[in-house]
Amino acid sequence: MPAEHSHEHTAGAHRHPVDFDPTAAGPDPFSAERRADRPLRIGIGGPVGSGKTALTAALCRTLGAETELAVVTNDIYTTEDADFLRRAAVLDTSRIEAVQTGACPHTAIRDDITANLDAVERLQRAHPGLELVLVESGGDNLTAVFSRGLADAQIFVVDVAGGDKVPRKGGPGVTTADLLVINKVDLAERVGADMSVMCADAHRMRGDLPVITQSLTDDPSAGDTANWVRHRLAEWSRSDEPVV
Amino acid sequence: MTERQHPPPSGPASSLAVLALADARLPGGGHAHSGGLEEAVHRGTVTGPHELREFLRGRLHGAGRQAAVFAAAAAHAAARKAPRRCWSELDTEYDARVPSPAQRAASRSQGRGTARAGRTAWPSPALRELMSVTDSPHHPLVVGVLVGASSLAGPKDAAAVVAYLSLSGPASAAVRLLGLDPFAANAAVAAFEADTERLARAAARTAGLPAAELPSTGAPALDLLAQAHRKHHEEEVRLFAS
Repeated sequence: MPAEHSHEHTAGAHRHPVDFDPTAAGPDPFSAERRADRPLRIGIGGPVGSGKTALTAALCRTLGAETELAVVTNDIYTTEDADFLRRAAVLDTSRIEAVQTGACPHTAIRDDITANLDAVERLQRAHPGLELVLVESGGDNLTAVFSRGLADAQIFVVDVAGGDKVPRKGGPGVTTADLLVINKVDLAERVGADMSVMCADAHRMRGDLPVITQSLTDDPSAGDTANWVRHRLAEWSRSDEPVV
Repeated sequence: MTERQHPPPSGPASSLAVLALADARLPGGGHAHSGGLEEAVHRGTVTGPHELREFLRGRLHGAGRQAAVFAAAAAHAAARKAPRRCWSELDTEYDARVPSPAQRAASRSQGRGTARAGRTAWPSPALRELMSVTDSPHHPLVVGVLVGASSLAGPKDAAAVVAYLSLSGPASAAVRLLGLDPFAANAAVAAFEADTERLARAAARTAGLPAAELPSTGAPALDLLAQAHRKHHEEEVRLFAS
């Protein structure tokens, strides 16, 4: 039961640290970073050339008008991706941060996320209303996944031109990412990739986790992936749980 | 009852905090810094293990020594619950001893990263005091505070950690940039054992001095490399942040 008392509570009045009513949902007395306090961070990873930057640009174009968003890029040894996004003018340049990774892109998104967190915090300071930060990794191998300390959800991008055996090869990127995107499906015929094999392998490796096949040539808005991001954003803003 | 088989521990302490702070796997952002080595490689002054060793010698006795002096002083201050003013002085005095803005920025960036890792692993009142002065303190000060908060370690340990890091960072970058034999690079670092020990001892001896009187050990070549690195990064590709 709620601690009974006749007086009204006003600002600065005493607090009741103990409430024996298990259904009482008072404010959490422990301070924790709440989801609503910071933007959702979505990592976009995958092998070199699979289309991470093109997807990032498409998401910026599609979601930029409806969402306060920003991007962190992690090129291996260039600022190519950040420059591409700036040139494509999909986002204001103040919303794009490039991180140097000391020749180890997977380290910067997984083992030592310091530089990326710094970049995210710079963006948050510059844009206080930020709702979404896309963190694009440098092109890496099939084992490169984002630390949960950096990305709240992650998309792993592979492409049909990389070979239709990629999903079968597995690795944490393919098997554990919250979303697997099979990109460039318009090229499947030309490179002799069997889409049915690719999709069946992907679902077999991932169980219930979602798989999206897309072609940015056919749909430059990346509609399905953008919808998936919208759902993650809606979940994020609804949830009042502390960040774990 | 059995008699003790081993002599009681003596000699250099090795607290877990000290070992973890010197470990390249510490998630403090250090992996993205080459300590001027990338610029030196780009200029063709470091091409193999021999030049690497010479580079490391300069690095240890210049930037490494300077960092060691301040890490020791910070550990000393942390152990004595120094007031906020003291942290502010140490931070300013370190600025004054590092003329290159690029080197100062690299130091603050690594300090901020190490503090982020330290806040979770080794929280202390001294760390909070230091962070109240600036959210990006110089790296040696953060290491000094984190080491100083441990009852098992002191100023000399803090100095040894940053002296070692001044060697291990460029050596690891050399492996990545030059495809250098990792055993040769590791041996180049190991060769500085006696130098590092002397330097750490010396830093511990000056740890109690007022901040303004702490020794200054200039390394003009490294300052120039850091500046050139930053300038070139604006023009073309660089892998490391410094």
